[in-house]
Amino acid sequence: MSTPTLEVAGLQTHFFTRDGTLKAVDGVDFTLGPGEVLGLVGESGSGKSVTGFSIIGLVDPPGRIVGGSILYRGQELVGANEESLRGLRGNRIAMIFQDPMMTLNPVLRVDTQMIEAIQAHRRMSTKEARAKARDTLDMVGIPSPDERLRNYPHQLSGGMRQRVAIAIAFLNEPDLIIADEPTTALDVTIQAQIIHEAQNLCRRTGTAMIWITHDLAVVAGLADRIAVMYAGRIVEQGGTDDVIDRPLHPYTAGLLGSVPSANKRGVPLRQIPGMTPNLMKLPAGCAFRTRCAYGDGACATMPEVTQPLTDRACRCHHPLLPIPAAGAPA
Amino acid sequence: MSTVDEVKSAALNEAAEGQGHAAPAVDVETPLQRFLSEFFASWVATISFAVLVLIIAVALLAPLITPQNPYDLAQVDILDGKLPPFSDAYTGYTMWLGSDGAGRDLFSAILYGLRISLSVGVTSGFIALAIGMAIGLAAAYTGGRTEAIIMRVVDLQLSFPAALIALILIAMLGKGVDKIIFALVVVQWAYYARTVRGSALVERRKEYVEAATCLGFSHTRIIFRHILPNCLAPLIVVGTVQTASAIALEATLSFLGVGLPQTEPSLGVLIANGSEYMLSGKYWISVFPGLALLLTIVSINLGGDQLRDVLNPRLKR
Repeated sequence: MSTPTLEVAGLQTHFFTRDGTLKAVDGVDFTLGPGEVLGLVGESGSGKSVTGFSIIGLVDPPGRIVGGSILYRGQELVGANEESLRGLRGNRIAMIFQDPMMTLNPVLRVDTQMIEAIQAHRRMSTKEARAKARDTLDMVGIPSPDERLRNYPHQLSGGMRQRVAIAIAFLNEPDLIIADEPTTALDVTIQAQIIHEAQNLCRRTGTAMIWITHDLAVVAGLADRIAVMYAGRIVEQGGTDDVIDRPLHPYTAGLLGSVPSANKRGVPLRQIPGMTPNLMKLPAGCAFRTRCAYGDGACATMPEVTQPLTDRACRCHHPLLPIPAAGAPA
Repeated sequence: MSTVDEVKSAALNEAAEGQGHAAPAVDVETPLQRFLSEFFASWVATISFAVLVLIIAVALLAPLITPQNPYDLAQVDILDGKLPPFSDAYTGYTMWLGSDGAGRDLFSAILYGLRISLSVGVTSGFIALAIGMAIGLAAAYTGGRTEAIIMRVVDLQLSFPAALIALILIAMLGKGVDKIIFALVVVQWAYYARTVRGSALVERRKEYVEAATCLGFSHTRIIFRHILPNCLAPLIVVGTVQTASAIALEATLSFLGVGLPQTEPSLGVLIANGSEYMLSGKYWISVFPGLALLLTIVSINLGGDQLRDVLNPRLKR
């Protein structure tokens, strides 16, 4: 395989607050090839968004990347100077945010914002840039793009705005797009369209994508690979179908079990007992052990990442090797 | 009307409504157009705006429409002194508003005075706005210690009465148009700084700023192109109110005799000149310039009130 688009190894991003150090991301590894879509799944506070912001180099103080490396096409981004990072942002690495109501500047027209995004990174006449903006809007499936270009954000619907945001991300044909829960704020039908569109675009342009979400159902239909995060660590990683059909980590199994489905109607939903742990005072060893049905003495030490099956990584002392019936452990 | 017709017309109405709904996509109403239509929806605002435009127009055109240049000594005759309104001047024309102690036509003097009052108020307003805006934006964007220091200076400044600061400055600097503009700027910048810092703080936390950062824009571009335009609404409102109060403060200082000199008579100077005649029944020398000042300030403030209502995001539908 050629150089991967992104190689993250041992990434640690900590927040140094008054009350102590919060280890939001504590040892995250993954690799992403061109055109590949990685679904980064986890509950709120599991460190998935912070991972995304670490890659683009925009962790707000008091947060700081304290360890590990992020290689973008072999170029180290951790500790890179602000100037070179700014050259990458929006150009080679783009970001899509959760709330399309908020990510477009309300006082600037769509064309102004798109042309600006192009001209920030390349010398191009305004006329050419407008044509490119128009083509990109067309590409993300916006009808009558010429009219939309002249609109203000408040004149567009939520789904339309998110498409514009996606179009802005794709404007400079980046190698990597980090999408931070881009469909959470949208209707389910729009959600499906956007996911379909994003998938298509990645296949066509060879852009790699990290799709951050808490919704397993979303990534199931979109991602090539899934990485499940819990308390700042990736606890399981593998091909989408493998992870969803045969989860290895009890936490993944628990997440899958709590997805409502038609054939379990009337049966109370399974929940993962307990709450996400306070990142300030994580228990020693496996962070999930207090909520885990399989937790025992061995879990008091941090499990190493193992590969119990081919191309499956898992951080657990008791991976669920004998395939359990669909759903979570009892 | 038959039932069929009713159904038809209902269907037509629906179709029309449907088109109306789709209309914004075709006929784009810019924020400016929407702003204008909302602003002039109130007749109070419309009238005060018209009055203000009239005041500015007569002030600008003063040399063309006044019968006399009240500060050209060759045109002023002492024999015309203290004439009541509607008297005929010694030199021929009617003095609609009477004349002052030196024989100047008050109508002419007021128009010339308006020019000076308005230009001092507006100039100092714009300079203070530029300075306060830059400082406020810098404070909001940098944050931390810089912001704390700047905002404590602003607090300190705002804790003194404006007239007191202006009086002290004038006492140190002396009289003159440039000096009074300087004093008014010093008094006003803090209001602008505080206003713009407040809204910039809110704006910079919004996601579109983060999105702009993620597009690799420079800090200056983000501040001036993305944050500033979103902070303009409150700034415009404070700008109108502050300009009105600058005009009033200048009149106060001039009335007290520490503002503009007799050679550059603003409305405040005219009121001061007439005050000594008030008790002898020659009311017009002070009252008419006072009315002109009142009209100016009230029309600016009423317009400003409407601006505040139109630009207030909380009242937006």
